[in-house]
Amino acid sequence: MTAGRRSGRDGSGPAGPPPARGAGPSGPPPGHDGARPAAFRRGGRWRDQALALGWLVLTWLLLWGDVTWGNLLGGLVVGAAVLIFFPLPPVTFGGRLRPRALLVLAVTFAGELVSASVRVAAIAVRPGYRPRGAIIAVPLRVRTDLNLALTAEVISLVPGTLIVEVDRDQGVLYAHVLDVRGPRDLTASRDRILAVERRLVRAIGSPAEVRQLRTEPVDRRKNP
Amino acid sequence: MGVLADWLGAACLTAGALLSLAAGIGVLRFPDVLDRMHAATKPQVLGVLLLLAGVALRLRTPSDLGMLALVVVFQLATVPVAAQMVGRAAYRSGRVDRALLDTDELAGR
Repeated sequence: MTAGRRSGRDGSGPAGPPPARGAGPSGPPPGHDGARPAAFRRGGRWRDQALALGWLVLTWLLLWGDVTWGNLLGGLVVGAAVLIFFPLPPVTFGGRLRPRALLVLAVTFAGELVSASVRVAAIAVRPGYRPRGAIIAVPLRVRTDLNLALTAEVISLVPGTLIVEVDRDQGVLYAHVLDVRGPRDLTASRDRILAVERRLVRAIGSPAEVRQLRTEPVDRRKNP
Repeated sequence: MGVLADWLGAACLTAGALLSLAAGIGVLRFPDVLDRMHAATKPQVLGVLLLLAGVALRLRTPSDLGMLALVVVFQLATVPVAAQMVGRAAYRSGRVDRALLDTDELAGR
């Protein structure tokens, strides 16, 4: 289920301009993909569009509930219309899918979703308890848009953290932590967010991005 | 087989309903918008997922399963985004109780 969503996102990704900028604020402006070879850009664009169309058709078929030629044709028409009239900035997927890492990601995600839900529910029904919170900044190691979006999405559903703000240029996530009792909780949340990023990149990142994981996260905020 | 699925479905429905109830209590009781968003994302999403799993175990027809799978996917994909938008709007318009925050590394940004 989770795996399906992942790959779906890669194809029909709503998440903004091409990743692999890596040059930070001084790099090419968003949406400008002149850095890549023309042939790759063209091929990648068509492949992305075809993938997106495929997912849209699948969604259409699931909505109708049965597979007939009419539904297939209708899905193709509607999908093409959506892609033509509501174009999204391209999200190129430079990585590759690794089944075992994807499985690890999905299983940990399911486990953490359950434990997070139980924890928040327990805090909610505990009488007379007022949890304290904190907002922490977590610079990610892989600064592609896809990684930023997926990490933000996953950590909003796992224990203790919720995204408040995303600094796309610097690749920094600002997360709200629920029920903070001391500095140790903050460190733990930071580590957990970086662990989510690591699992994600191992599952769908390119080899270069996986190598990047070994580097220490740098605090790139302007005035830390 | 059918009986087992029915019982499992009933268990899922009950658990999902309880989690949704806890989420509702959390939204009511938590002191702050950001805390409330925690309640509105995690237990709520799992509650809906369990309810849908319960319905799926009860219905067991392929076309319904496809529709339920779609609901699951869109829940997982949209709820965090919605929560982030609410939290961000609350933070930017200053409707966050700073007395409840231990640290705020977003301050002044």
